[in-house]
Amino acid sequence: MLSYLSRRLLTMILTLLALSVVVFIVIQLPPGDFVTSYIASLSASGESVDQDTIIALRERYKLDAPVLVQYWAWLSEILVGNFGYSFEMQRPVSEIFSQRIGISLAVELTAVVVMWAVSIPIGIYSAVNQYSVGDYVATILGFLGLAIPNFLFALVLMYICYNWFGVTITGLFSPEYMNARWSLDRFLDFASHVWAPILVISTAGAAQLVRVLRANLLDELNKPYVLTARAKGLSRRRMIWRYPVRVAMNPLVSTIGWVLPTVISSSFVTAIVLNLPTLSPILLRALLSQDMYLAGALIMFMGLLTLVGTLISDLLLAWIDPRIRLGMVGAN
Amino acid sequence: MTTTVLEVRGLSVAFPHRKGETTAISDVSFDLKLGETTCFVGESGSGKSVTARAVLNIVEPAVIKSGAINLVDVKAGQRIELSGLDPDGAEIRAVRGARIAMIFQEPMSSLSPVHTIGQQIIEAILLHQDVDAAGARAKAIEALRAVQIANPEEAIDKYPFEYSGGMRQRAMIAMALGCEPDILIADEPTTALDVTTQAEILKLLKGLQDTRDMAVMFITHDMGVVAEIADQVVVMLHGAVVETGPVDQVFHAPTHAYTKKLLKAALGLDEAPHGRIAPASDEVLIETRGLSLAFPSKKKLLKKRKVGVQALDDVSIALKRGEILGIVGESGSGKTTLARVLMGRFQPQEGTALYHSRDGGTRDLTDKASFRDGQVYREMRMIFQDPYGSLNPRMTVEQIIGEPLLVGGLLKGAALRKRVGELLERVGLPASAMERYPHAFSGGQRQRIGIARAIALDPRVIIADEATSALDGSIRAQILDLLLALRDELDLAILFIAHDIGVVRYFCDRVAVMHRGRVVETGTALQICDAPQDPYTQRLIAAVPIPDPRKRHLVA
Repeated sequence: MLSYLSRRLLTMILTLLALSVVVFIVIQLPPGDFVTSYIASLSASGESVDQDTIIALRERYKLDAPVLVQYWAWLSEILVGNFGYSFEMQRPVSEIFSQRIGISLAVELTAVVVMWAVSIPIGIYSAVNQYSVGDYVATILGFLGLAIPNFLFALVLMYICYNWFGVTITGLFSPEYMNARWSLDRFLDFASHVWAPILVISTAGAAQLVRVLRANLLDELNKPYVLTARAKGLSRRRMIWRYPVRVAMNPLVSTIGWVLPTVISSSFVTAIVLNLPTLSPILLRALLSQDMYLAGALIMFMGLLTLVGTLISDLLLAWIDPRIRLGMVGAN
Repeated sequence: MTTTVLEVRGLSVAFPHRKGETTAISDVSFDLKLGETTCFVGESGSGKSVTARAVLNIVEPAVIKSGAINLVDVKAGQRIELSGLDPDGAEIRAVRGARIAMIFQEPMSSLSPVHTIGQQIIEAILLHQDVDAAGARAKAIEALRAVQIANPEEAIDKYPFEYSGGMRQRAMIAMALGCEPDILIADEPTTALDVTTQAEILKLLKGLQDTRDMAVMFITHDMGVVAEIADQVVVMLHGAVVETGPVDQVFHAPTHAYTKKLLKAALGLDEAPHGRIAPASDEVLIETRGLSLAFPSKKKLLKKRKVGVQALDDVSIALKRGEILGIVGESGSGKTTLARVLMGRFQPQEGTALYHSRDGGTRDLTDKASFRDGQVYREMRMIFQDPYGSLNPRMTVEQIIGEPLLVGGLLKGAALRKRVGELLERVGLPASAMERYPHAFSGGQRQRIGIARAIALDPRVIIADEATSALDGSIRAQILDLLLALRDELDLAILFIAHDIGVVRYFCDRVAVMHRGRVVETGTALQICDAPQDPYTQRLIAAVPIPDPRKRHLVA
């Protein structure tokens, strides 16, 4: 087990290094660099730019040095925990991170929990009662959930809430709590806002999970071991939960791998439409303005989350499925 | 003095669908008596399994249309009618597993892959008996001991995939018998097992039946098994019972034509084998000398590395022109590995394998380079076991059969169509079949398509890996006869891998018996089957059921 883990960790580090190269290349691809776009945005707002400042900036971040030197300057700083400085937001990257990561995690993880809590019972019902009215309703709703883009759903939700109930659902806090310390009142305010993004984010995901679980379970329900379990005299409900559902959960568990990075990436548009103070709008802004350090750090972080997520789902799979646990093959 | 424990009268089951319904079984009646084995025989689709499931009232999506299933509680003198009960109700669930237990054909897929053997047995015991968890575990260990599983205290915590096929079926039996039922329903319990394992399981079942005085409902398509174990026989055809009677009467004075046909198909293989017209030529096509191949073991998590499997150990065989060479052995004996070495799939660590090609050249089959130009693959073709898995469901029959010709650049367009049509007719299918997809054909017809694909390039050697094991008795005989005819016509040499001694005796000229990677005995088919010399071959031959109840030798 330990040797397996250490091997996995080693490959994770190598993968991250490879990712850093790709990230760096992608950041370098557009013409110009962040200083030019910084100047452009400053002059667009009518401010003049001091030539000396520009030169100092270019000097400090080695923007005129060869690409490899730039890459190494960027990577070596990351290795010692310094993610650099965001020119666009005029703050250190780590500060932006720490401010937003908590909220991002809270929103996305709650959405994931809601997604699972909703989709598992519906998926099981749909499979067990295939072609029943309930199955058709679940299927239609599921396809709607898959087909409607998140941002559209968010817009419609905003419209309905505002027009019919007079409530604005953008943001996660009312203005008076925006910068307050955490308290029960602030939490309640948070809760009264957060349901909307969670609803929007979890609908599409839940629809997908229902389809996956339904398909898996339909396969499993026809397996002979299900008949064995019934022939034992188990009640239908207990039989279904204990045997086919447990096996059908495998593919769902492996989706945990891609759930984690969605903390940053999935809800881009939703977060922008609903004006959420999470990490995803920041990533978009950073990419648009070629804010190299911020964008690089965010993409690297997403990569890390993907790798950690995959590791977690692999370990979970090994834990719930003995075939995987006992068959885990070594590195040779 | 035997007591009737189950009476089935006029049972009919149908699958409802949009346009009416399809009858699965109609008007089936039989009795099961304590201490007696009643065998249900018939070919696939005859309704045997549906009948068995109807007794437990688990037939969804079908429904029991009419009839009565009376379960008699001998001690209490009560009768319960099962067919009218709610399939999910508490009453029928109290019967399932406790009074009537069932075991199935495929012991691997019939056990949950994610629970230990113990969890699954203990669950059944806890459901029906008033014991605590520790007591149930003790009972489960006892049940495993009763089915002769070594070290039951340790084996109980293992998963099904850590058991061998025979052990899994024993575990299934232990689970079924954990609650000491009156009736055991066994649905083809030995079909997926090797013949020696089958003999052990049959013996075990008979022994358990004697000590516990159970009624056994045994479903099989193998007349040999019926002859070995049955007291009563029920013959089914197209969902109806065509003949019922004591085993001796059914075998020696059958009344229904279908019963006679089944018996003839079973005995046919045992009696005179095919006429071996031309003596095999002395020209050797394939010869191997001292082939050895060991697979390194996988490194298991938390476990020490085990010694690898010696799949082939000093194997020397020769296949002559126009000859049918049978390779016989149990699963894991290295038969299929040998075929794959000859086809260049694996390279052996030691030994030579030579193929003498049509143009007079010699190819080294242990060298991957020999296969690159495709000539070997044009002259050596394969037929596979599973007629469902070996045909691409998304290609038409024309594309499937024509592919080797097209790939070889030999024919295309109208000429290709014409050739495919000829090939189809040669294997006994209409040329119009080429328009259709494999799913439109039955298992036997699909195997014919596979054969047409194999002979498309006019090969010299055909390697048939268990080519008839997935087929019913009468279909099997037809396919064997087709291959024999093709052999004579095309001067084919056939390497026939099989585990069924009856088929080998009927079909092969010479036989090589494999055991744990070694060839233990080689000889003519009749020598091997009638006068085996090697102790392992003797055991193998002795384990074959004989389709005559007067010659019982396995369970007596």
